[in-house]
This record gives sequence, C-alpha cells and structure tokens, in this order.
Amino acid sequence: MSQPNRLGQGGRIDRAHTLDFTFNGKRFQGHAGDTLASALLANGVDIVNRSFKYSRPRGIVAAGAEEPNAVVQLGSTEAGQVPNVRATQQALFDGLEARSTNGWPNVQRDMMSLVGKLGGKFMPPGFYYKTFMAPASMWMTYEKFIRKGAGMGRSPAENDPDIYDHLHQHCDVLVVGAGPAGLAAALAAASGGARVILVDEQEEMGGSLLDTRETLDGKPAHQWVAEAQQELAGMDNVVLLPRTTANGYHDHNFVTLHERRTEHLGETAPLLDGRRQVRSRMHRVRAGRVVLATGTHERPLVFANNDVPGNLVAGAVSTYIRRYGVVPGRRLVLSTSNDHAYRAALDWHELGKASGREVVAIVDARANPDGELVEQARAQGIRIITGSAVIEARGDTRVSGARVSKVDLEGFRVVGEVETLACDTIASSGGYSPVIHLASHTGARPTWRDDLLAFVPSLVKGVSAAGGAQGITATAEVLADGVAAGRQAASDAGFEAASVCLPQVAARRDGAACALYQVPHEKAALRAPKQFVDLQNDVTAAGIELATREGFESIEHVKRYTAMGFGTDQGKLGNINGMAVAARCLGKSIPEVGTTVFRPNYTPVTFGAIVGRHCRELFDPERYTPMHQWHVEQGAEFEDVGQWKRPWYFPQVRPDAANGERESMAEAVARECLAVREAVGILDASTLGKIDIQGPDAREFLGRVYTNKWAKLAPGRVRYGLMCRDDGMVFDDGTTSCLGENHFLMTTTTGGAAGVLEWLELWHQTEWPELQVYFTSVTDHWATMTITGPEARKLLAELTDIDLDREAFTFMDWREGRVADVPARVFRISFTGELAYEINVQANYAQHVWDALFVHGEKYGLTPYGTETMHVLRAEKGFIIAGQETDGSVTPEDLGMQWCVGYDKPFSWIGQRALTRPDTSRTDRKQLVGLRPRDPKVVLEEGAQIVLDPNHAIPMPMVGHVTSSYYSPTLGSGFALAVVKGGQHKMGETVYLPMADGQTHEADIVSPVFIDPKGERQNV
Amino acid sequence: MFHIHCPYCGELREEQEFHPKGQAHIARPADPASCSDEEWGDYLFFRDNPRGIHHELWVHAAGCRKFFNITRHTVSYEILETYKMGEQPSFTAEHPRGNSTEAASRQAQVAQQAGVHV
Repeated sequence: MSQPNRLGQGGRIDRAHTLDFTFNGKRFQGHAGDTLASALLANGVDIVNRSFKYSRPRGIVAAGAEEPNAVVQLGSTEAGQVPNVRATQQALFDGLEARSTNGWPNVQRDMMSLVGKLGGKFMPPGFYYKTFMAPASMWMTYEKFIRKGAGMGRSPAENDPDIYDHLHQHCDVLVVGAGPAGLAAALAAASGGARVILVDEQEEMGGSLLDTRETLDGKPAHQWVAEAQQELAGMDNVVLLPRTTANGYHDHNFVTLHERRTEHLGETAPLLDGRRQVRSRMHRVRAGRVVLATGTHERPLVFANNDVPGNLVAGAVSTYIRRYGVVPGRRLVLSTSNDHAYRAALDWHELGKASGREVVAIVDARANPDGELVEQARAQGIRIITGSAVIEARGDTRVSGARVSKVDLEGFRVVGEVETLACDTIASSGGYSPVIHLASHTGARPTWRDDLLAFVPSLVKGVSAAGGAQGITATAEVLADGVAAGRQAASDAGFEAASVCLPQVAARRDGAACALYQVPHEKAALRAPKQFVDLQNDVTAAGIELATREGFESIEHVKRYTAMGFGTDQGKLGNINGMAVAARCLGKSIPEVGTTVFRPNYTPVTFGAIVGRHCRELFDPERYTPMHQWHVEQGAEFEDVGQWKRPWYFPQVRPDAANGERESMAEAVARECLAVREAVGILDASTLGKIDIQGPDAREFLGRVYTNKWAKLAPGRVRYGLMCRDDGMVFDDGTTSCLGENHFLMTTTTGGAAGVLEWLELWHQTEWPELQVYFTSVTDHWATMTITGPEARKLLAELTDIDLDREAFTFMDWREGRVADVPARVFRISFTGELAYEINVQANYAQHVWDALFVHGEKYGLTPYGTETMHVLRAEKGFIIAGQETDGSVTPEDLGMQWCVGYDKPFSWIGQRALTRPDTSRTDRKQLVGLRPRDPKVVLEEGAQIVLDPNHAIPMPMVGHVTSSYYSPTLGSGFALAVVKGGQHKMGETVYLPMADGQTHEADIVSPVFIDPKGERQNV
Repeated sequence: MFHIHCPYCGELREEQEFHPKGQAHIARPADPASCSDEEWGDYLFFRDNPRGIHHELWVHAAGCRKFFNITRHTVSYEILETYKMGEQPSFTAEHPRGNSTEAASRQAQVAQQAGVHV
C-alpha cells in the first residue's frame, strides 16, 4: 500500500482522485482534498525538516497556520520557487514539488545535528551575540555562514510570471473566520441587510465543525456548514472569501485580506481561456465593524524531547483522522490538562484494534478528571493515568516511547516512579489560546483570564470577538455567541438584524482544566533533555530559565534574547508556554510577566500580493514632456527627475564610426556644452515647476516667502528668488515674473514643484488667511524650451514678432507675443550664462514650435542638450541647484548670496529671524566655493570629503565636501562646487580630498564662478 | 491606514490623500525680531509629544488642498474630530470626552459619513 497511514474510509478527501507529488525528490501520492501535510503523514514521512539552531529532526506537529516545523520550499522551476510555505496550509495539487528548507546534505542525515547534539551546552541563548561578536569586524563573515546553516528558504532568482491584484473594498461587517462562530455571525449580520464579507484562511469553510465529534440537529456538523454557506452564498449583500487570510488589522478598521486564488491549483497560476489567472488578490477592506471569529490554537505541553517526530498537538490528531482520513501513527499516548483533548484518544480508539491502532494510555495531569469525555474514554476501556504527565519522549527520529510520571504541579516536581510506555505517537494538550493576533495588531494589550487560563483580546472601537477567540469553547455556546456578535455588529452599523435559527447541539459537561505548561522532569530544566517551547526558533525552557537568571525579567526582553516568537511563526504555539516558564522562574504570574504582542502579518504574504500591479512600468507614475517622443526618436538617454523623464544627453552617431557606434556620455556632453557656448543649444525645460499666483496681495505674499524684495518688480520684469524655511535654510529657488500688477508666474525646481505649492498654501491658509492671493499649478499647461548661446537672438528673430532689440528686451525681461505663429511668453533669463530665451507656449503647441526652431536653427548649429550639459553649464557659472548645493543646512549667506537677501524689508520674511541666531551667524559655517583640481584631468567625486592636512592621523578633521563636480570642455579641466568651513575667506588655499582607493587629490579654492565672472555674455 | 474626515470636502477619505504637517496651533510670533533666540528656537524646533490627545495639522494634498486640524489619540490612534483652520478643538487633554455640543455634532457628522450610527 502506497499510503500506509491512510484510512480506508472517512475524511473529506476524494480517494478516487489521486495526485502525484514529490518531497525532497522522492515521489509520493495523495488525494484531492489533502494538504501537503496530510499527504506526507499518510505516506508515513516522519521527518519534514531540521531545526533552525540545533538541527534536530522535526515532524509535523499541527494541522493549521500554527504549524512551526513543516515550513517548506515549493517549486519545480526557478521562477516558481515559493519559500515559507506551511505544509499544513498548502493544498495538494498534481505535480507539486516541495523540499525541506533546512538540512544538509539532507533531512535524514544532517551534519549540522552533530553541532546540535554537542551544542546543548555550547549554544545557550544569546549564543550568537556572545560568540560571534568579537572582533566586531568579523560579524559579516560569521553571519554568512550562520545564515547558510540556518536555511530558512530562498526567494526565486527569476521573474515571477504571476499576476496579482489589489481590491479596495468596503463593508458594514467583516467577519474573520468561518468556523461555527463566524458562520453564525455572518448569518446574523447579513439577515438585516448589512454588507458582509466573510473570510476564512482554509481550503474549506467550517473550521472546527469539519472535524468535530458533535452533531448539529442530529446530523454531521459539516452538513450544517454546507447549508449555512449555501444560504450566505445566495445573499446579494454577502461576499464569501475562502482561502483568504486576514493578515493585518490596521488603523480605523482597515484590514488586509490575502486571497489565494490559484495556489491550490499549481505553483504558478494556470491559464483560463488562454489568459493567466490572477494568482492572488489583496483586498484592502475598510470595514464598519469587524467580528473576529478566529478560534483557538491548542497549546502543546512542554516536556523533554517534545520535538521528536511523532509529537503532535491533540487537536491535530483528530483533524488528521476525521478530516483527512489519515492516522499519524499506530500507538498513541495522550498527555492532557483538559477534557477537550480526550477526543483525540476517542477518535483514535474508534479506529479499532483491527486497524492496528491502539490508545496506549491517556495521561491526565488532573487528580480526578470527571467530564463527559473522560467518562466516555473510561467506558471504552482506555487506560487513564491521572495526576500524571508525559515527562519525556523517547526516540530519535520517531517517538518510541513515553516516560510517564506522577507530577506535583504546585511543587513543580516529579513524584513517584517513572513508567515507560511503548508508543510511536504522543499527543499533548495544555489548553487553548484564543487567536488574538489580529486584535493585537491594533495595539490593544490582551487580558489574562485565570478562569480560561488564556489571554483574551482587548478590543478597540468597532471590533468584537466571538466564540473561541474570546475563550468560549462549547459548540452550542460558540454558535450563540457568534449570532450575538453578528447582530450587535450589524446593529452598530445601523442595521436591524433578523433572528437566526440555530441548530440544536447537545450540551457537553466538561470538567475544569488545570494549569500546565512546562512539565517537570526528574532533572532540573537546565540539565534535563531539551524541553522545547518554540519549535521554529529552537527556544527551550532551559533557555528561557537561563535568560531570567541573566537578568531578563520583562517577557519582551526574554523574547528578544532567546528569539522566542520571532519570524514567520510569531509565537503561535509557543508564546504562552514561554511566558509561563518565565513566570515560574521569576516567581510571578503570567500576566505579571507581561503580555504578548503579535505583529502583522499573521502568516507570510508573498511580495507579489503586496505589490499587486504596482511593478515594472507601473511601479511609479512617469511624467513626460510634450516633446518626449521627439527625444526618444533622437536616441536621448533619460534621467529620472522626480517622476519626470528628462533627456540626460543626446548621444550622436560618431562621424568616423563604421558600425553606427554612438558617442559616450562624456563626448556627447562636451559637444553639447561647446555648442551652447559657441553657437546655440536648446533644452526642454518643461518640467520646471510653474505656479500661477494672482490676487491683490500676491506681491506682499511673495515678499514674505522669498528672501529678496518684490515691491518694485514691474510688469514685464523677472526676478530670481530664494526661499528659506523659518529656520533660515534655503529649500528652493527659481525666477518669478510679474505678468501684471496682481499677477505673477513663479518657477520652482523640477523636483520641488509640489512641495513649494504646498508650502505657499500652508502659509496662506494657516498664518496669513487675510491676504487675498491664489495659487494654481500650471506646470503641465506650459511647455518650456530654452534656446541659449550667442546665436539665440538671430534664431528667435526668424520666428517671432517680439522686438528682440537689446535695449527693448533686456536681460531679466519677459515679453508676450507669437513664436512660430503660436501665442508665447518669452523670458530672457539664463541658467547657462549665455544669451538665452525661455519660450513658453501652450503644451499642445509645443512640438510644432520645437520643430519650427529646428527648421530655422539648422544653419546656426542648433543642438539639443540634456540635463547633464545643463548642469555643467550652470556649475561653470556657479549657479546653485537647490538640493544639490543645499541640503537643509545651508543659508543664503553660506551660498554667498547676500545680494538676494532683503535685510531691510518691512515684514519679517520667512527665514529672516533665524539668520541672526548665533549658529547661523558663525563665520566658520560651511560656505559655497569653487574647487579647481591641480590635475586638470581629475574630476572630483561628488560627496568627497575635504581636509586641510592630508597627513593628519585618521580620523582627519573634515572641513567640507564636494557638492557638484564635472569636466568642463570650455575650461579644459575638471572643476567643482563645494562647501568648505569658512571657505569664503580661504580663496587661493589648497585643500585635499582623500579617496577610498588611497589616492589624495589636491585642489585650490577658487570663486564658484568659473566663466564670465562679470556676466557679460548673458547681457549681449 | 487612517480614515480621515476632511472638514472641507465633508467626506471620509483614505490617509493616502493627506499629508501630516506636525503639531497644530503653533502660531508664528507676530514680531519675530523681538523674540529672544530661545523663544525663536522654541517656536522652530520644540513640539509636544503627548501620550493621549494630540492636535495635528494635516493637508488634503490629493484632494481639496486645504489645511485642517485633527484631534487624535496617540495611543488608540482614534481620530476624535477634524476641524477647519481657525476653529478650536472640542476634545482636549482637559476635556477628553469633548467640551461642548459642537463635539457631539462633529462626531455625528463623521459617523453619518461613515454610515455608522452612534
């Protein structure tokens, strides 16, 4: 028989439908309806992984999201690799290929386990901190090997072929979890017309009802589940989302739902009608009310060697038998602190001895258990050992026995003789923890309840918990609680809920549970075989005890020291047990030790789902100028400036190249620079921010936000301005033109446009609402083309009716007229130091004007240039770029721009007061200077640090840094702008720039204006 | 992600449409020149960081571009009210439950927008 642990009947699998899969290269078969975990158990695969730190063999422990060990790597192809998949949550599909993430050379024989075996004493908590931190410089080396040893899955190295969607949803009531509480809540809430979304993370809705022993209305519980689902599916106001995990609960009832639409079908989404299906959807839900019906996680008991394969939580045993028709062993010992876990033994026992299955014993920590399930077990003749617990598992790669002893829970010690029971499976249950993760995401600290021996969620406004999630476990009560929560949520959202007819469930009398977390051993915890608290992170009870001895008292510190509850696991099984161990060691109660905080995501979410469609060309919006297509056709290389695509340079085919080889960037930029300085160039400057400012107080407003004066700027004139924050630091600059007495056009840096507009609005709306002034962004409305160079006037004259006479249209004037028969504003401003005209036309006319300029410009050598040439030309003139020469710590005075500061303006403009603070008036502030490298071939690195004494011992005192640096074809030399402490008084001095490669460059401090210091060329 | 009621648009909108601009009700001194360096430094750099009720300045950047104020609880992140520039908060550290009928009407307005009956 190929599946030795598969039962002949029962379960919710389709035995007629066989599926092939491989695990670690070995072929197996399972059935439709299996998870990877149930199929592995059916095939008798005991070891699914090696543990993280000690490399111990590990088997499947649980049946759901809380599984700590069976975390596998999925994928038959490189592009299909999926890390961090819980085998318990992965539906089996035909052709599935999975591998263990840890274990070298394989999980059966693992070399690292030698370290683990020896390592008990050698790898205490904080081992890595203690061992590998010295010398600190070596940590990078150690880390590489530690990570390799640790495994933990890997991401695919090829592009993901799948498609992911984001959906934005609204609903009145979001119900998380479709077990008995969730189904009842959804029915109740939806009955009154509220828009309801019901999500469940499993392959099928139904939760605990899919494997319960109880009947609803005398029928198997799953029948009621089917009926309830059918009723909900028939309602227009209900959305059912199976295979969907509510992963994060964010502010104001914003919940992210990760719906996996095809992961049960294949490793990549299959095609449907020739098109690839959407693999998963991220629903971003804004819910009116949220009902958390997330159920419970069973806590395993912490005893010696509780990690040997064959150790499971009790409920998982029932789930595998009843839901998947798989029995994960032959001889069972159950160790429990409560009644509910008895059903694992009853389910196992009912398989019958004929099937080769036997319950060896139920070991109950309580002295006198007497609940209904206990009575049933007694009646069936199962041996019950009371007042006792399994204190140690025997076995290496599979459980071979259980050592059982009487335990004194108060005294935390073993009493009496130890009996060893031969078995291959140990099921344990230490009680049930409400799944409070989502409630915890809101920041609300959970509350400990002694009667439940569990934390229950504290709830913020708009959210409630129902059923197991708030500690209610009896099915009849859970259903009723679900209805109440659903009705209340609907009513809070403004809907009258109708009554819901609940199925009859026989009440069950359960005895009280006892508090048992870590089981005592004959030896003290530090010397006993390892008792695991957190299986995924290999945290033991001894490790926690050691942490408390070393002085860690807060559970948050213990967690960080031991790594308990870290990683993808987020402490689902181990956190409460760990807190109990810490509490015992510190002599405190569990709530005194602290509460536990869970963070999103509840289970790992693939990056594809987080990103959705926002990838590749849709990652960020791209903005194009009206002439963009022309630039593309000219073969321009582009630079990103904010969201804009700007031509960077226009490489031409080399005249001498036979194979069409194009210029390098340096060659193209040199050619473009010389064209501007000697003939005429053209720049697409459409991206500059443009803000239209109107109103009777516009002029006053400008005077307040700019450092310089605006009172006398006449219509037809343009002025350059600097903007500071109120701390006196420059944050943007640009020219503003007076279009009319109450009408101005402000330009900003390309990247600063949105920020400047918001800045203007901020001051207007919050400080000076009495000023009548209005701001409108017109960046996209106007295209801007700058023609600049000695031939610019001649070229423009051929195309315009504007009088370009030197006296009639002077530098810093603007004129309205027509250019190429199109209405235009022409600004005579210069960012190159050459004669320049900035032509603004309506954006949809821009390509026409651009083309016309080239028709007329050819004879003048009109050359398009990009941002790199623009930078070289402006730097040669010492013109700053806000954000490059300035970094939020530079004042106008640091830039040597006192000429642009109106010290005597009547209103205290933004930044003025700060300029007289002691710090801003220091004389040794970093000040803008030019640098001329001694070796003209050297182009200094931008960001390079400047020192005065290159022979000074390291660390050398650094006096400044290079802010802009280029090669100037006009100067035939490299040159740079820099900020240097007290630099304005260091003209002619030599500074040094030590580089990472050991070279030191020498440079002279010079004026930042390298070309035409008197500004004659722009004034011709 | 916050759900913010813009008092100018009169709608609850996603946080993505807004930018936070720091503490609200920080008035620029009327005569900066007469401020001592310390007073000016306080105005520029010092802000409250309360555990509890906090008044914040926000702007509906991708909406109406209006600046407005939010009263937010810094522990629960609950937004207790939003109000226009020039108005005063109804919920304060002294009156955490609101000090006027205006508080109730602001809350009701937001709740009505959210389709929630309070």
